[in-house]
Amino acid sequence: MTEAPRRSGARPGAQAEQWAAWLLALPAFLLMWAMLLGPALAVILLSFTDWNFGEPELRWHGLGNYLELWGDRVFWISLRNTLIYVGVSVPATVALGLLAAILIEGAARGRALYRAFYFLPVASTLLGMALVWEFMLHPRVGFVNQTVAALGFARQDWLNDPDLALLALAAIGVWQNLGLAMVLFMAGLQAIPGDLYEALALDGADGAWERFRRVTWPLLGPALVFVMAIMAIRSFQVFDTVAVLTEGGPQKSTEVLLYTMVQNGFTFLRSAYGAAITAVFLGFTLVLTLAQTWLLDRKAHYG
Amino acid sequence: MASVSLESIGKRFGSTPVLHGVSLEVADGEFLALLGPSGCGKSTLLRILAGLEGCDAGTVRLDGRDVTELPAKTRNLAMVFQSYALYPHMTVRGNIAAPLELRRLSALQRLPLLGRALPGTRAIRAGIAAEVAQVADSLGLSALLDRRPAQLSGGQRQRVALARAMVRQPAAFLMDEPLSNLDARLRGEAREEIVALQRRLGATVIYVTHDQAEAMAMADRVAVMQAGRVLQVAPPQALYDAPASLEVARFLGSPPMNILPARIGLGGRVEVEGVALPFHAPPCRAPRLGVRPEGFALADGGLPARLARIERLGAEAILHAALGASGAVVTVRVAAEQATGLAPGQALHLMPRAAHLFDEEGLRLPLHATLPQPAHD
Repeated sequence: MTEAPRRSGARPGAQAEQWAAWLLALPAFLLMWAMLLGPALAVILLSFTDWNFGEPELRWHGLGNYLELWGDRVFWISLRNTLIYVGVSVPATVALGLLAAILIEGAARGRALYRAFYFLPVASTLLGMALVWEFMLHPRVGFVNQTVAALGFARQDWLNDPDLALLALAAIGVWQNLGLAMVLFMAGLQAIPGDLYEALALDGADGAWERFRRVTWPLLGPALVFVMAIMAIRSFQVFDTVAVLTEGGPQKSTEVLLYTMVQNGFTFLRSAYGAAITAVFLGFTLVLTLAQTWLLDRKAHYG
Repeated sequence: MASVSLESIGKRFGSTPVLHGVSLEVADGEFLALLGPSGCGKSTLLRILAGLEGCDAGTVRLDGRDVTELPAKTRNLAMVFQSYALYPHMTVRGNIAAPLELRRLSALQRLPLLGRALPGTRAIRAGIAAEVAQVADSLGLSALLDRRPAQLSGGQRQRVALARAMVRQPAAFLMDEPLSNLDARLRGEAREEIVALQRRLGATVIYVTHDQAEAMAMADRVAVMQAGRVLQVAPPQALYDAPASLEVARFLGSPPMNILPARIGLGGRVEVEGVALPFHAPPCRAPRLGVRPEGFALADGGLPARLARIERLGAEAILHAALGASGAVVTVRVAAEQATGLAPGQALHLMPRAAHLFDEEGLRLPLHATLPQPAHD
């Protein structure tokens, strides 16, 4: 006879399994804290102090930095500019990226070539490319103004006009992120089963618009949410073009969140104040990420 | 409903030919199964008929009208896909209504908000809703109309796909392995349901399958395809009883037919392994005799064999026996009670009662059972 199975108490080995589970999760757990959560927590803690870089000691400052932010005109300009930048560049990137993806998917040949062309800006250094853009946007010799003039419009001083500078930067942002949006959309397009288009043709519609409206767009839901979130987060991080091309000017018209943070934290050495701006920035990123997760869970999935 | 006619359809993918001049006639209201192993071109043929794929040669006619160059949407055919191809973001109601909306509403009237305000839209939509409700009711889907496909079982999805095909009363139904994603029990039920539906609607159905039981059980006629050719088109029983060629004979039936090299002896008697059998046939070089597993009887005379293995399947048993002279293994189907008391290693005599004769090319030859003759033969 074999031993009767024990009914009460923990199954033998259950304890060991638990330990093994924690042990296996440990490397990821440690790395997450060391690389992401730890630094974020440090920044948030720092934002509640009055520490300036180089000072020998720091004191608890409560919400002092945040109250100062609330009254800081530059911070509000910076936040407003960042939101405008995101509001312009994200829809434009998503729309153009989707268009490019659909056109390239539909191309009979040369798909890899087109994909590479559009993806190049993503892979290149924006700092280097900023030189090219500075030249392109130059008021007299720049290619953009030459084109504008050739079309019969007035030349503009793109980067030095307070009304245009932020839009010019947003356009550069679109140029830079378009390829990434396109590649993500292409992956999404390839996941749409082809027989849905065939079913649609037999149901009575094979035109480009109906195909897009009835199959492509609704089935691209998950990819769309993902691309929007990624693009929004990337746009929030706009910094290098501002730092190189406009330095926040003219008249603070391109002052954006990260640029303000860097100025406070590294130029004026007001580390705790910079940390408070960073905390605001992290808050936006967190909201975007949560919104993406929530949407993906709730709406965009049909399967 | 309409008759369908395919005339010498040819198709190649790149340099690979997949259809070699296939011709088929399907009568109005007929259920035709296209049966063949995977890669035989049956799905391609169906897609050419649907207008999803162009053909390199030949003509497709619906009710005598040449539709070869027409796009899929104007052919008025409905298709049930193997994957069902339901729109995942739409409810069951939306899925069933889609073909009607696309056909009856103009592009403007279909616009999300504006369309509803246009004159006539309301009346057309009401008509569509009534027809959707009726079709859903006839397939037992009424309670599921507001669900999404992801919330349905496989069998329910399959019925939604049927409903979407039925709702606009197409000229013919094309079905591409519609039951292969269902489990065995559901498949049996769905088979009956589709056949009953086809009879009730008087529908022309062209049904692609690789499952011979499905084809035999459902179709009025079965077209057996292999390597881009139609080998034979016949009613299921005729196909089984009188296969036109060795290929068809081998393809149909499970376990497959036993094929034995034969010889036409004196007086046209058919001999296998030197034993004269009670059949005679016209003279022929290298003929082969085909005997189905149930075509053998355990007898006192006939082909000597030794029993190698017995599969007892409940109601019947399959015997695997090695023939005396050549050692070739044949399968024999007998009723369970005939197999009681049999054991491996035992010697048997197998007498073919029903058989088929094929010539060198594999084509069917006439074969006559030898009648009991008076003494002088």
